[in-house]
Amino acid sequence: MIRPDAPVLLEICDLRASVEEQPILKGVNLTLRAGEIHAVMGRNGSGKSTLSKVLAGHPAYRVTGGSVLYRGDDLLALQPEQRARIGLFLGFQYPVEIPGVSNLEFLRVATNARRLEQGLEELDTFAFEDLVRERLQVVQMDPAFLERSVNEGFSGGEKKRNEILQMALLQPLVAILDETDSGLDIDALRIVAGGVNQLASADNATLLITHYQRLLDVITPDYVHVMAAGRILRTGGKELALELEERGYDWVDVEIERLEASELEALAAAQGSRTPAEVG
Amino acid sequence: MTAAATVGDLVSQPYKYGFVTDIETEKIAKGLSEDVVRLISAKKDEPAFLLDFRLRAYQQWLKMDEPDWASIGHAPIDYQNIIYYAAPKQQAKKASLDEVDPKLLETFEKLGIPLSEQKRLSNVAVDAVFDSVSIATTYKEKLAEHGVIFCSISEAVKDHAELIERYLGTVVPSNDNYFSALNSAVFSDGSFVFIPKGVACPMDLSTYFRINSGDTGQFERTLIVAEEGASVSYLEGCTAPMFDTNQLHAAVVELVALDDASIKYSTVQNWYAGDENGVGGIYNFVTKRGQCRGDRSHISWTQVETGSAITWKYPSCVLQGADSVGEFYSVALTNNHQQADTGTKMFHIGPRTRSTIVSKGISAGHSSNSYRGLVQMGPKAVGARNYSQCDSMLIGDQAAANTYPYIRSQQPDASIEHEASTCRISADQLFYLQSRGIGFEEAVSMMVSGFCRDVFNQLPLEFAAEADKLLALKLEGSVG
Repeated sequence: MIRPDAPVLLEICDLRASVEEQPILKGVNLTLRAGEIHAVMGRNGSGKSTLSKVLAGHPAYRVTGGSVLYRGDDLLALQPEQRARIGLFLGFQYPVEIPGVSNLEFLRVATNARRLEQGLEELDTFAFEDLVRERLQVVQMDPAFLERSVNEGFSGGEKKRNEILQMALLQPLVAILDETDSGLDIDALRIVAGGVNQLASADNATLLITHYQRLLDVITPDYVHVMAAGRILRTGGKELALELEERGYDWVDVEIERLEASELEALAAAQGSRTPAEVG
Repeated sequence: MTAAATVGDLVSQPYKYGFVTDIETEKIAKGLSEDVVRLISAKKDEPAFLLDFRLRAYQQWLKMDEPDWASIGHAPIDYQNIIYYAAPKQQAKKASLDEVDPKLLETFEKLGIPLSEQKRLSNVAVDAVFDSVSIATTYKEKLAEHGVIFCSISEAVKDHAELIERYLGTVVPSNDNYFSALNSAVFSDGSFVFIPKGVACPMDLSTYFRINSGDTGQFERTLIVAEEGASVSYLEGCTAPMFDTNQLHAAVVELVALDDASIKYSTVQNWYAGDENGVGGIYNFVTKRGQCRGDRSHISWTQVETGSAITWKYPSCVLQGADSVGEFYSVALTNNHQQADTGTKMFHIGPRTRSTIVSKGISAGHSSNSYRGLVQMGPKAVGARNYSQCDSMLIGDQAAANTYPYIRSQQPDASIEHEASTCRISADQLFYLQSRGIGFEEAVSMMVSGFCRDVFNQLPLEFAAEADKLLALKLEGSVG
């Protein structure tokens, strides 16, 4: 739902980031307003997963330039846990297994960390049990999964449902869902997408990171961005996704090559025109 | 800042029990000789059989060599440079706590073990051992009403000599190994527990060991006997001040369970571990063994080992009675330059005997953590079963974890299962928890307690809380 006067939740400006000294993001610009659903599409290696990790604060990624404002405040200055507490959520492409840590206890600690930040009182085990049972409906998840260790021995689909369950409990303002559709069969995809649709509201924004049109058949985006070589190459409405589906990504390669060539030329020209005094 | 380095910082917390109590102490001169053995025995006014026991052990010790098979390394121990007896200057055991030096009571209070009538724990009887002597035992009278004897071993030698003579050294013979021989020659104090036939001990029993003097070795001796159908849960805790020299602690613990008896022995070991460069700390060379002498008897060892520069310890079960059960649950945490070589031995002698081993090793810093265990099925152990599970967790990339399982079977009908795993707290797991609003420290602590849960579940309630707190303490610190 696009409302030009809706408050800006996330503003990404010329964001650059590297992993192991290898530049991956090369100037990403993106603005998310309340109520909007955005989809970022692109090939493997285009930088879309990196974008999600950088926003969540993964320590392996180093921000080398640009800024990210979350409701007007500097997001990049915060520890990952602080970002989560103020309402940023990352749904992982490959949720890790954490043996020995009870899923129920994990969900409760996470929920209470968010609630404390919101000025709400912490939930005791009984109150939390009631809440979690209600939220299980969102993803039609079996309560038996609460008794197991976090993601341990879960199938791909169960892991993704557990992600959306966490989203339902944490009630984020900005939810980034990284390849949530990968590894899901069509029924699981419907359930997970149904959960996302239920949770999307006029107050929050969703950023879907995906490869394929099939997720966008069940969650309708307001904007579609095409990402390549670490930047957003083109932005359009949902029809852009259909166009990608039809034409494939080859035209993107051509365009990025052209762009990079012209940048190199500009850079060479800038260096060539410098006088020795300026360089010194 | 890598995640591993930060986790390393977290586990490097200062030792909180490193203070020294300033109290006048009576010490004998350094060194070990037959005269020293006689002197210790004389100081304790012991009967002749015990002096003989000590002297025999001393002669055996002289002929033995320090074991060198463990996966540990240290400079040679100079046995002539150790004080073998140190005691706070006060007359033998006081009749009432009011007469005990308040400094001692204060020390134990500081350690979280209040002994005075008003403050003492309501459901645990405590024997408090300071250097070489026991200074107080709570709830003795109440226990006596049930026929339960709980006192220091020195008192037991005087008041229950016949029981000591009957059981001492029958589970761990003095010549069992180098350190048991040394202990048998010079042991000073420790606890004695006797639960008569058919009695379930009405409260948990606990001994708290405190080393205070520098240059002193501690050689405690504990003996627990549960007669037919009796049961007891016993807890042991220990701490020491920070000295920059190494101190030797060589204890012997013997458990005897007769028909249908059950003994649960839990330890939270937090001796001083040395500083972050490995200077100082306790050398912990301990022999613990339980004998399931009777049919259907049950002995369970649970240990949480977090301290000591070196831990060399293999609480074992001799499963002699038919259908007897032995258990070993262990968490060993090593950090900095700590070295632990610990595990268990399960000797299946009787038919249908069963044993369970669950060992969790956590190694951080430059430490080395080894599980060493033996499962032996004797020729008569028809239908005997063992299940072993040994898991290691590595924190950082400088620590080492080893598993040395030894299996010997002379009984084709016995079944032995062994499972082992190694894991690392991964940066991705930490990030996952953090990205859900859980702080770094809490994330590490959740994963470590999760890893240890199978063992903590075995601890008595008060101790489980203490163990969790102790690990959290070692893991607490600024994220930076």
